[in-house]
Amino acid sequence: MAADDIWILGIRMTKFGKHPDRDTIDLAAEASMAALADGGVTMADIGILAFGNLRGPSTGQMLQKQIGQTGIPVFNVANACATGATALRTAIMAIKAGECEMGLAVGVEKLAGAGLLSGNAAQSDVNVYEPSGRVGEVAPLDGRIGTVTMPGVFAQVGMEYLYNHDYTGAEFELFARISQKNHAHSTLNPLAAYTKEMSLEQIMGDVMIAYPNTRSMCSANCDGAAAAVLVSDQKLRTLSARQQARAIKIRASVLTSDPWQEACQVLPDVNTLTRAAAKQAYEAAGVGPEDLDLVELHDCFATAELVHYDNLGLCAPGGAVDLFESGATNRNGNMPVNVSGGLESKGHPIAATGIANVWEVCHHLRGEAGDRQIDGARMGLAHVIGLGSACGVHILESASA
Amino acid sequence: MPTQIPLVDYLELGDAPHLVAQECTACGARYFDRRNACAGCFGTEFRSVPVGTEGTLRSFTIVAHAAPGVATPFVAGVVDVDGTSVKSNIINIPPDPEHVRLGMKVRLATLVVGTDDAGTDAIGFGFEPAEGD
Repeated sequence: MAADDIWILGIRMTKFGKHPDRDTIDLAAEASMAALADGGVTMADIGILAFGNLRGPSTGQMLQKQIGQTGIPVFNVANACATGATALRTAIMAIKAGECEMGLAVGVEKLAGAGLLSGNAAQSDVNVYEPSGRVGEVAPLDGRIGTVTMPGVFAQVGMEYLYNHDYTGAEFELFARISQKNHAHSTLNPLAAYTKEMSLEQIMGDVMIAYPNTRSMCSANCDGAAAAVLVSDQKLRTLSARQQARAIKIRASVLTSDPWQEACQVLPDVNTLTRAAAKQAYEAAGVGPEDLDLVELHDCFATAELVHYDNLGLCAPGGAVDLFESGATNRNGNMPVNVSGGLESKGHPIAATGIANVWEVCHHLRGEAGDRQIDGARMGLAHVIGLGSACGVHILESASA
Repeated sequence: MPTQIPLVDYLELGDAPHLVAQECTACGARYFDRRNACAGCFGTEFRSVPVGTEGTLRSFTIVAHAAPGVATPFVAGVVDVDGTSVKSNIINIPPDPEHVRLGMKVRLATLVVGTDDAGTDAIGFGFEPAEGD
């Protein structure tokens, strides 16, 4: 232990899926109380609450009223799909700054049945054209000048990677096989929204959303929450041997936004900020990708997973296809990626995702992942990206390492 | 003769329709919307520059599922026009992966995207396959 280390003391996610009878506060409360119990502490120990619920309607204050009001500062955070990671980072920064010894980070979302999350307002042209908006448009632009839908944006992200690296193979099948891997992984995760193995034919034959992404290659809209209790090194030393043994060390916690790149005004650049976050994280931790036993990365679409192999340095530059084709990213490979089933099957309740992926990694590092345990896992990386853009990367290590 | 209005203010109509970018005078970064300062170098002076009309398709998707009121399927892509990236639909081509190919040569074309109650046509743009591709 080092004096400035921050540790995860307790962490939990709810079952992801449909929770028609429970609201965001119910789900956030379940995850929070489970995380507190997992860490062996109560709200009386918590010095800061960082809370994310991107699409509303809940706040950290509403959660407090449900599980314990102690007057601590609450930070309600929003950072697109990186909202959960931002809540985590906020609590970590508060502890690092010496403001408190323990913090609670929570992310929750209800998305079941939400459909497309952008460009989904019905469009109609006005009766008489009048330029308005930042480019003086006279009519809605979605579908007339490109697409604003997430499946379409991320389809282009994946296709651009193939173009940049002169891929000449069967692109649709390549991306479908990435999805097939994650759906196969999900069969071992009881908390995933979907746990069905899917054949290549089923995936490629599913409803086309935005080529090359079919429905089963898109992240699953669902309900869920995740929460984590963070603790300072100094405080952890005063806790029980069991608490210390199960604590997970945060070797790196990084949040980036996208620096300017030529094309970023026309297609969101999800690459540069992820590469920057990964580089900063590896440097902070003093480790490299070869030291990782598992990776949970932001496969919001099958086309996204491919580019992040490269962005996170899991392969040589330009080598993402080769890495995947080698089988390394399967759960029995030497660089298991998304053994939870990933967002494509575990689900993607937006603000919960950036804590749930950390939970997955912690679960393995504690040796508590049951049927899907990656044997001997000591170090893992969790990555999320929110368009706009925000990227969170956390590198985690087991206490016994 | 109906009057015409461009779909967006960065499309210039006339005999040779083309797109117009705001270029940072300090570093050359180009934008299709207004900026207070260049996102790349923070320079505050911009000049209007015409963007070329021929380019290469660097990425695309074929959108099959979109919001109500958006006609599908359509091809959305990114066209590299001599180093300036342009977001555009790819038009005058069957919307399937057998016809739309990464790296294909495309050129700017305009099309009527709607007509209002006053009889004014909104003129949009897309990129279509260039001859010889």
